Amino acid sequence: MHTLLELLEQDCTQSAAQLAAQAGMTEAQVKEEMARLEDDGTILGYQAIIDWDRVKRENVTALIEVKVVPQSIDGFDRIAERIYQYDEVESMYLMSGSFDLTVIISGRSLREVAQFVGERLATLEGVTGTATHFILKKYKEKHLVFRRPEPQEREFVFS
Amino acid sequence: MNYDQILNTKIQGIKPSGIRKFFDILEEMTDAITLGIGEPDFVTPWHIRDAGIYSLERGHTKYTSNAGMLELRREIANYLKRRFDLDYNYTNQVLVTVGGSEAIDLSLRCLVNPGEEVIIPTPSFVCYGPLTEMAGGVPVYVELKAENQFRLTPEELKAAITPKTKAVVLPFPCNPTGGIMERKDLEAIAQVLKDTDIMVLSDEIYAELTYGQHHVSPANLPELYDRTVLVNGFSKSHAMTGWRMGYVCAPQPIVAAMTKLHQFGIMSAPTTSQYAAIEAMRNGDGDIEHMREEYDSRRRYLVENLNRIGLPCFEPKGAFYVFPCIQSTGLSSDEFCERFLREEKVAVIPGSAFGPGGEGYVRACYAASMKDIAEAVSRLDNFLQNLKGKQDAE
Repeated sequence: MHTLLELLEQDCTQSAAQLAAQAGMTEAQVKEEMARLEDDGTILGYQAIIDWDRVKRENVTALIEVKVVPQSIDGFDRIAERIYQYDEVESMYLMSGSFDLTVIISGRSLREVAQFVGERLATLEGVTGTATHFILKKYKEKHLVFRRPEPQEREFVFS
Repeated sequence: MNYDQILNTKIQGIKPSGIRKFFDILEEMTDAITLGIGEPDFVTPWHIRDAGIYSLERGHTKYTSNAGMLELRREIANYLKRRFDLDYNYTNQVLVTVGGSEAIDLSLRCLVNPGEEVIIPTPSFVCYGPLTEMAGGVPVYVELKAENQFRLTPEELKAAITPKTKAVVLPFPCNPTGGIMERKDLEAIAQVLKDTDIMVLSDEIYAELTYGQHHVSPANLPELYDRTVLVNGFSKSHAMTGWRMGYVCAPQPIVAAMTKLHQFGIMSAPTTSQYAAIEAMRNGDGDIEHMREEYDSRRRYLVENLNRIGLPCFEPKGAFYVFPCIQSTGLSSDEFCERFLREEKVAVIPGSAFGPGGEGYVRACYAASMKDIAEAVSRLDNFLQNLKGKQDAE
């Protein structure tokens, strides 16, 4: 049986009744549990995944590799916080390997992203280097493929 | 030319499926929801598709051995041992077929002599009767009862047996009822068959889709093993309907006879599909669990909600269908389905299409998206309320 969290991760637009039946809970239990998970920060939010290329809106996403000098007391967390507070930062991860932080930035234009990197990120104390990779095409995000569903020939076979 | 005089009389005697007319209505509706088709809504898992593609890249485009690739037969035997504790020798007890349907056809044609009877529990999938007739046999239908959870009881079986009985079909887990046979049920069947030569044709295409208990095959019972022809395939367990991959396992002389017929009629099952099937057998157990869990969620939702809106529904223990009773509406299952489709644009299948005992029920397949299932339930609720309103007004 799926847990409530798994069901929500798949599709958070389902009604409490639908979730309850699938998770083997009552509707009241689902609502209570969701409220609890929201309160304790397990559920961070509910968002739609959008293919912005389908609408007229300029959008540029870049993945930036950032090398930093960790602060002695808080390690990477302190500098990470100074970076992710910017609204431009969409996602951010601490990495193993040859660089330290992956910062994913989205902006309205190349120039906007470049400006952010040059003026905000690279100049931060503790940042020792950045490498910016612009995302050319999105194929898949959160298990969802950026492709219009292909019309399939539907045959009504009695089976 | 008068084709009525030319065509084989048996095939002329077989009626086309009664649900064709629903599909004709359905084809004209662009916005209909269908819970009518018994097919997984999943696409074949990528690693399996990839194995098929890779086999083409490497140029594996020729016939395989008649019985199917040895490697695939070995994997099938391993799989049956691993998942169902069944013992079959892959060198001479496994035949790879074009879907489970070919395996059923071959079994009947290799077992049945003209005039011999085949006991077919119903409601069940529609192919057994016509294929029995084409094999020269006589179908003997046994109506399963909701109060017995749509299981075949020893009494029902005993009452159907005559000196002409050649075989009994065990279509469990059952399409359309969702009924299953537990070990104790099969033991009771074994008692009835003891000291007879009656064969068991066990269609286990839904074996991986059971909820709450593990599937037991008649071949798991030592007293039934020698008389069991086990049919299974990849369509339902691995969402591979279009690959047409099935197999049959049985005592060696039976598989030898079936292989003989298969080599004349088919040569060998599609090669690309066989490569994909090897991958499915080797690395597909996780896919099965994933899909079963998914179906189970939808099953629970559908059963609970059908009961809530007033259609009593037997809890299906297997396959991916619910089979609610619609007698309270006063409509025949045929009328119910046609009106539901026309008024609310949701397709379900009349129980009468599944043979004697199916009237008064409809089949809904929950191998559909949760969104469609939820919408179908809400439209069904609407349909029932409108119907009641109209009936009260009359």
